[in-house]
Amino acid sequence: MPLSPSAPSSDPAVAGASELPVLRENGQREVFCGLTSIVWLHRRMPDAFFLVVGSRTCAHLVQSAAGVMIFAEPRFGTAILGERDLAGLADANDELDRLVRDLLERRPEIRTLFLVGSCPSEVIKLDLARAAERLSSQFVGRVRVLNYSGSGIETTFTQGEDNALQSMLPLLPATEEPQLLLVGTLADAVEDRFVSLFQRLGIPVVRSLPPRRSTDLPPVGPGTRVLLAQPFLSGTARALQRRGAELIRAPYPFGVEGSRLWMEAAAAAFGIAPERVAEVLAPLIERGRRAIAPQRERLAGKRLFLLPDSQMEIPLARFLHRECGMELVEVGTPYLDRQLMAEEIALLPAGTAISEGQDVERQLERVRTERPDLVLCGLGLANPLEAEGLATKWSIELVFSPIHGCDQAGELAELFARSLRRRELLSFA
Amino acid sequence: MELTLWTYEGPPHVGAMRVATSMEGVHYVLHAPQGDTYADLLFTMIERRGRRPPVTYTTFQARDLGGDTAELVKRTVIAAVERFRPEALLVGESCTAELIQDQPGALAAGMDLGGIPMVSLELPAYSKKENWGAAETLYQLVRGLLKEQLPPPGSPKIDPSRWCAEGRRPRVNLLGPSLLGFRCRDDVREVSRLLAEHGIDVNVVAPLDARPADLQRIPSADANVCLYPELAAPLCSWLERSFGMATVRTVPIGVGATEEFLREICALLTLDPPELGEGERASRLPWYSRSVDSTYLTGKRVFIFGDATHALAAARIASRELGFEVVGLGTYSRELAREVRAAAKELGLEALISDDYLAVEKAMAEAAPELVLGTQMERHSAKRLGVPCAVISTPLHVQDVPARYAPQMGWEGANVIFDTWVHPLMMGLEEHLIGMFRHDFEFVDGHRSHLGDGAPSPSPVADSVPDPRHPSHPDQLPEGTGAVAVAVAPPEGAELCWSPDGEAELHKIPFFVRGKVRRNTENFARERGIGMIDAETLYDAKAHFSH
Repeated sequence: MPLSPSAPSSDPAVAGASELPVLRENGQREVFCGLTSIVWLHRRMPDAFFLVVGSRTCAHLVQSAAGVMIFAEPRFGTAILGERDLAGLADANDELDRLVRDLLERRPEIRTLFLVGSCPSEVIKLDLARAAERLSSQFVGRVRVLNYSGSGIETTFTQGEDNALQSMLPLLPATEEPQLLLVGTLADAVEDRFVSLFQRLGIPVVRSLPPRRSTDLPPVGPGTRVLLAQPFLSGTARALQRRGAELIRAPYPFGVEGSRLWMEAAAAAFGIAPERVAEVLAPLIERGRRAIAPQRERLAGKRLFLLPDSQMEIPLARFLHRECGMELVEVGTPYLDRQLMAEEIALLPAGTAISEGQDVERQLERVRTERPDLVLCGLGLANPLEAEGLATKWSIELVFSPIHGCDQAGELAELFARSLRRRELLSFA
Repeated sequence: MELTLWTYEGPPHVGAMRVATSMEGVHYVLHAPQGDTYADLLFTMIERRGRRPPVTYTTFQARDLGGDTAELVKRTVIAAVERFRPEALLVGESCTAELIQDQPGALAAGMDLGGIPMVSLELPAYSKKENWGAAETLYQLVRGLLKEQLPPPGSPKIDPSRWCAEGRRPRVNLLGPSLLGFRCRDDVREVSRLLAEHGIDVNVVAPLDARPADLQRIPSADANVCLYPELAAPLCSWLERSFGMATVRTVPIGVGATEEFLREICALLTLDPPELGEGERASRLPWYSRSVDSTYLTGKRVFIFGDATHALAAARIASRELGFEVVGLGTYSRELAREVRAAAKELGLEALISDDYLAVEKAMAEAAPELVLGTQMERHSAKRLGVPCAVISTPLHVQDVPARYAPQMGWEGANVIFDTWVHPLMMGLEEHLIGMFRHDFEFVDGHRSHLGDGAPSPSPVADSVPDPRHPSHPDQLPEGTGAVAVAVAPPEGAELCWSPDGEAELHKIPFFVRGKVRRNTENFARERGIGMIDAETLYDAKAHFSH
């Protein structure tokens, strides 16, 4: 399909796509819980510490998901609940205070402490909001203590970041200054690139949430226009709107088309002349398309099945279909926020099979029936599917790799093409 | 409540998954919320398994909690039985489900499962850990499957020599090997071969690759071999008590232990004792250790930490078979702490029983070892300290599942151990030559090709003299360099500084041991309240540490 320069949601030819029927499933989910987002959040804010209040399972999950064995003193840990903590909640609060005091004494460089709720802490109703308040007043002027839930009974994988950002919002100062606020963790280099591009477009004030230093919180208010860099920040987007910010509606910055529409939408929100925008973006678009071209050759016509995992599935499917020519067999997503996905869904071809939630056994049956050329899935499923002769791409790599923007479009396509290229390369005959 | 930055063991239900996934025909229904499926990747990624673990998760959510999660358990059990048609079913819960007290095992017990044996697992998630969970699961599963065969109390014990009367070869069970265990796949092959050479058959291996029907054949063996006590000790004790089956408890890791294992099993089965010195002929370790190149291994200071089985074996091999000096011994296996304490005491040490890797790293630094034998975490700690390390124990990393045959047990295991432990160290002749030629330009800082980038350089200020035109001889140092006392930051915060002649002397020492000499000397100075380290201090410290 040729790239269409027309604005997405206003195009009547594809508007009907938002009426897509969605298959809703509720069964076993092969998806991480929200605790996993600590893995990238702690790297984004090196002066913050993420303390999960939970069980040995939580500790084991975060270290297994991160493959963590490399830190002398990691900036995340788990306050593991013991039997005594379960017996008496008053004691659990005392224990938590003691543990936090010890931790902060040993780690004086910490400026923000996130108490992260887990399944066990939610079930025993350990009030981490009150604990955060209590500890904040004890460490006032030194460390800010915040709390959010990353529990699997309430959040999936990337929703952990949504909750973490929401916990920071009350601390954001108010402002009426016009500014562009980029929301969602980006790789530092990608963020720098976006900021310089927006400034080149003529947007003078560009800030980010989460910030690189947990204490450099951006202000927010009526002059703020919010541009979501990640598609999984539903709660944060709504909370920022309640603070008077305006949400810029756009597809997400994956691929050349998505990145272009995303930046154009931001420029339009600041009243920047389309000619200026075209002038700045044209060379990026041209270069991005050139970078995608060799990957497109390998991907075009190939059938793709996306299993739900990171919540990036719909934007990725849009990119891989429209810019790389892949056919979409099924696009799974852990949950569907129709508002935040409206511009994306509008770009999907009519009749795209979208599924929300998961019943992993039934979904795998569909995978086996369809025999797609490539499956996007989590680490628990990748090798078993490969062993069945299906090519896979791990989804977790997408939340750790710089994949946003026109400049990364070639690399993003290559991540998918590599699985296919590798299969062509190998021969044991 | 306990702060954990990293953990050696997962929760007990992961131990249960290890047993279920090791076996064929077993399915595990786990009452657990979304996210607990992370454990699948331990098997699919670390073990590179081409099959998903046979585990069905109920995946309950917050909105289910107000409703009927018990119904969800029942639906999940029915669906799993229908889909997978297992030969035995395990039903249990993870930490969160334990709190909501649905008692999935009891629910399943009340259901019609079409006669499939069902074992309810109660694994206390807030007090126990992975290895305990695996051992308990193996024990409960075997116990459940042998219910019908249980001899009445007072029955005679199984006579390990009954094979003579029955006119067949003796046979034993190998209990304990599992997925995510250290080199279990290859150990089973090596031990089976070893036993076959001595006329002993293997009856059942469990849990690795066993089916439920195999577990029901356990009592037909003449004895049990407790190959990995972390997983099999409770089961072996129960089989002793209930079936009167004898257990071989020596773990055959190392030449001496393998010989002892053979003596124990032959005596038990009333076979002729193995020939004296079998290990000398069957394994290369004894000769390699005697050969002159190994002279340099003498008295190397070794710090050992791992699961109990491998830490105990390592201590024995290191001290007796390689002539190392064990300067630290510890384990995270609390269930076997007593054995490790006893072994440490024999070596004149106090065992470190801990699951805090920072405490292990601290003990390691204090022991000033020249080689670390530990888990993947100790490998990282040792790297930070600039000490070579070989991995001897779980928790498993993808590197610990090599493509090649690399057992730890038996004769071939001893060969593998010799190579794995000695290769991180400098070869003997090599070390000797480097000592002789250390003033030649090839050994000036910056020439590190033979060690790759592994050489430690803890003080970038003092150790970066990369200009090869200026060999680090005091009289040839660039003007000014030798006159500056370079202050280093001592870890304890005390002010320590190096005099020009001390610094010059330090630079005569080859770069790959310089970091250690620097640390030792600074510790020595600190202990004695010496603030300025000169050449004499360095030689005093050298004398102090050389005996």
